Amino acid sequence: MSPARRLIVAAPAIWLFLFFALPFAIIFRIALSEPARAIPPYTPHFMGLDRLGEFIAGLDLDTLWTLLSDGLYAEAYLNSVRLAGLSTVIALLIGFPLARAIARSSPTLRPILIMLVILPFWTSLLIRIYAWIGILRQDGYLNAALGMLGLPPLDLLNTETAVVIGLVYAYLPFVVLPIYAALERADPTLEEAAADLGCPPFRRTVEITIPLAMPGIIAGALLMFIPAVGEFIVPDLLGGSETIMIGKTVWTEFFSNRDWPLAAMIAMVLTLLLAVPIMLWQRTDREQT
Amino acid sequence: MWLRKAAFSLVTSLALVVGAFAQPVTPAPAGSAGQPTVRVWNFSDYVSPEVLDAFERETGIKVIYDTFDSMEVVETRMLAGRTGYDVVVVTASFLPRQIPLNIYQPLDRAKLPNLTHQWPTITERVGRYDPGNRFAVNYMWGTTGIGYNVAAMRQRMGADYKVDTWRLIFDPANLRRFQDCGIHVLDAVEELFPAALNFLGLDPNSKRDADLRRAAELLRSISPFIRKFHSSEYISALASGEICLAVGYSGDILQARKRAKEAAEGTGRPAIEINYAIPNEGALMWFDNFVIPRDAQNPDAAHRFIDFMLRPEMAARNVVQTEFASGNLAAQRLIPPTLLQDPQVYPSTATMGRLYTITPYDDRTQRLINRWWTAVKARRPIT
Repeated sequence: MSPARRLIVAAPAIWLFLFFALPFAIIFRIALSEPARAIPPYTPHFMGLDRLGEFIAGLDLDTLWTLLSDGLYAEAYLNSVRLAGLSTVIALLIGFPLARAIARSSPTLRPILIMLVILPFWTSLLIRIYAWIGILRQDGYLNAALGMLGLPPLDLLNTETAVVIGLVYAYLPFVVLPIYAALERADPTLEEAAADLGCPPFRRTVEITIPLAMPGIIAGALLMFIPAVGEFIVPDLLGGSETIMIGKTVWTEFFSNRDWPLAAMIAMVLTLLLAVPIMLWQRTDREQT
Repeated sequence: MWLRKAAFSLVTSLALVVGAFAQPVTPAPAGSAGQPTVRVWNFSDYVSPEVLDAFERETGIKVIYDTFDSMEVVETRMLAGRTGYDVVVVTASFLPRQIPLNIYQPLDRAKLPNLTHQWPTITERVGRYDPGNRFAVNYMWGTTGIGYNVAAMRQRMGADYKVDTWRLIFDPANLRRFQDCGIHVLDAVEELFPAALNFLGLDPNSKRDADLRRAAELLRSISPFIRKFHSSEYISALASGEICLAVGYSGDILQARKRAKEAAEGTGRPAIEINYAIPNEGALMWFDNFVIPRDAQNPDAAHRFIDFMLRPEMAARNVVQTEFASGNLAAQRLIPPTLLQDPQVYPSTATMGRLYTITPYDDRTQRLINRWWTAVKARRPIT
């Protein structure tokens, strides 16, 4: 292998090491520490490879046990996965037609439409979610609009519905862009051929367009689902106290209980819960092809 | 296979995003280098902006003023080390746990001549948390009580009802009547557990599991009627009429009263009338204090800032702005009598006798009550 080629291969590996493996190792070390009243507020057990034996001998899994024995954490994980999953499905239902419309618009219009999808990123997410408080609150814009139409007001703020609305809103661009990218590369003559052969529009979408867009749909779904599970701002601002999600649980452990090891352990388990099924899925997928 | 394809379309879309973001970046304006600064970290809505301006004008020291709305965030950042702040406002009940960790530097009294204006009663009470008053000097103090919408209260409890008991909050039969118009409660264990214990006739400072469990069950019994547990949203929510009842900090509720009045001015609509009550059973008395972190970049400026805030005229301006009571005695002759004689801001001597203070929980107890508090908020059983 030439040096240049080696560098190209090494780049992603270095990136993964610096921005994934290293932080993960640091979190893992904190997760296996004891909470303490000190700066920083934990006492690590792992003190280097030369004292590995000592570390393994002194290892206790109290933190993991707390996590597994208290139903609160399982509930928080399940709730997060459920709400993130539901939001992802809704975002796909909105995002797919949107991406298709953009992909089929005239080439001069496309960059403008893409720009419009990205435009919300120019404002901080925090401010945009605060704006949703203004829309959803009891005397907010939504209920004012409903009132003008003679419809009864909706009590949405501080409910799960508000969290789902917030998640869909916040992550929709992440779903639209990969689907658009996939559709833009798809050959438009395939659909035309199907139309010429008398295939009705709905079947054309299901049998031609969606399979062509599938890599984009999957990328968009993962790109939204994974961060949405751990989302903190949206459930904190729009959700009620009944909506227990994992982001808020980590917050409580970190800030209220000052238990960094437990907070780190929750984050580790979340990573494993998300990464392991995706890796297994990929493996079976590869065996099939 | 699909994952590789998905990864490809992900990269393509990222390229789209990056392309859209590739705009020339304007550098931050230069020229402010060399000017001394003091970095201050305080609760939100807790200072008169004029006082900060006056400090900058007089000393030439630039104030970088950041706010927070939860003491827990401050504590965690302090424990992580190197916050970069020179002056932090910390609630006294957190001090006994923090002082032994050596995160604050002792105040240099020679640099704080205005300490002579402080109120001995308050200094003595803060001294229970900071023995010898070595690290903390009081800024404001207040109580945790009940804020309410006067019209909604009359409508639901009758025109003659006087808000003077925690029974309004801790009796579900009462609280239920306010569910439709909205109730907020502070998201703070160290405020609500003592209030519940006190209402149950137990020692509000109790650290016994059995007592705390009874408090948790009492709190659990009222949680279905509470719209939100939050430590700052109730200010604007009360002022806008979005909620009608709140358990909150004295000054915050009085600020809501002021904001509601200001919002109605010029609109011709009647103002929403907000009031605050310290129940007869007593209430928690809390103290917010200036401290200087051990690793402050500019301890000299920090001392100058604190001393400036301790000037009677500056303390008085902050009281007028925030409607919290100051730990500054000399400031009292500069405060308008309506505010000084307002028993909700400066409680009478009799009420002062019924106010209690608490000490921090040990780690195990803290974890236990935090766990119960999560169950209360999420309306799950207390286990």
